[in-house]
Amino acid sequence: MDIKVLGPGCAKCKQTEKVVAEAVAETGVDAHIEKVGNPLDIAKFGIFATPGVVVDGKVKISGKVPTIDQVKTWISEAN
Amino acid sequence: MSSECCAQGSSTMILSCSGGSNVGQLSNRAAVELTREGFGRMFCLAGIGGELSGFVQSAKDVSGLVVIDGCSVGCAKAIFEKAGVPLRGYLVITDLGIEKNKNFDLVEEEIERVKNAARETASTSPAGTDPSGGASSCCA
Repeated sequence: MDIKVLGPGCAKCKQTEKVVAEAVAETGVDAHIEKVGNPLDIAKFGIFATPGVVVDGKVKISGKVPTIDQVKTWISEAN
Repeated sequence: MSSECCAQGSSTMILSCSGGSNVGQLSNRAAVELTREGFGRMFCLAGIGGELSGFVQSAKDVSGLVVIDGCSVGCAKAIFEKAGVPLRGYLVITDLGIEKNKNFDLVEEEIERVKNAARETASTSPAGTDPSGGASSCCA
């Protein structure tokens, strides 16, 4: 599974990275987490605001920090 | 896309039908001017129409939304319905008493009328819903 965290490095973006890492650890899923911080690379995903999370190519959230349960749900749906 | 989480005016998304009539182009011009004035940021309705996940999810998650259709055909409204995005902050320009025609020489007074209506619509629009409950907004 491929998970991308989109964000230029703001506090909420870092919080999102932490939430995603915790959710992956708790589920034990085999996932590659990539932090995307370059604005030009972020723009390719067509989001209105950061932070964003992309799971296997699909944007799951934009402009908000997800909860761990949300991320777990996305992981479950993708598996 | 905002590269900065809490940029000024970043919380209101403006979408216009940008159609092939005076009212369609009024929606576009109003969206552009409102963006320049810092009221919000124009976003791509076409991306939502194409059901690209970044655009669709952003429209669902954004706290402030203004959707401007030129006429009662409601193309923007139909795009939202097709993409499964709840419609909030909806405005139809012909409802403001502006008649639809094919004259693309836009009238300044009409542009201002649309912009004022958009501001009013945004102020009375409910915030985006979060079915999951717990997620916090970037700029909260």
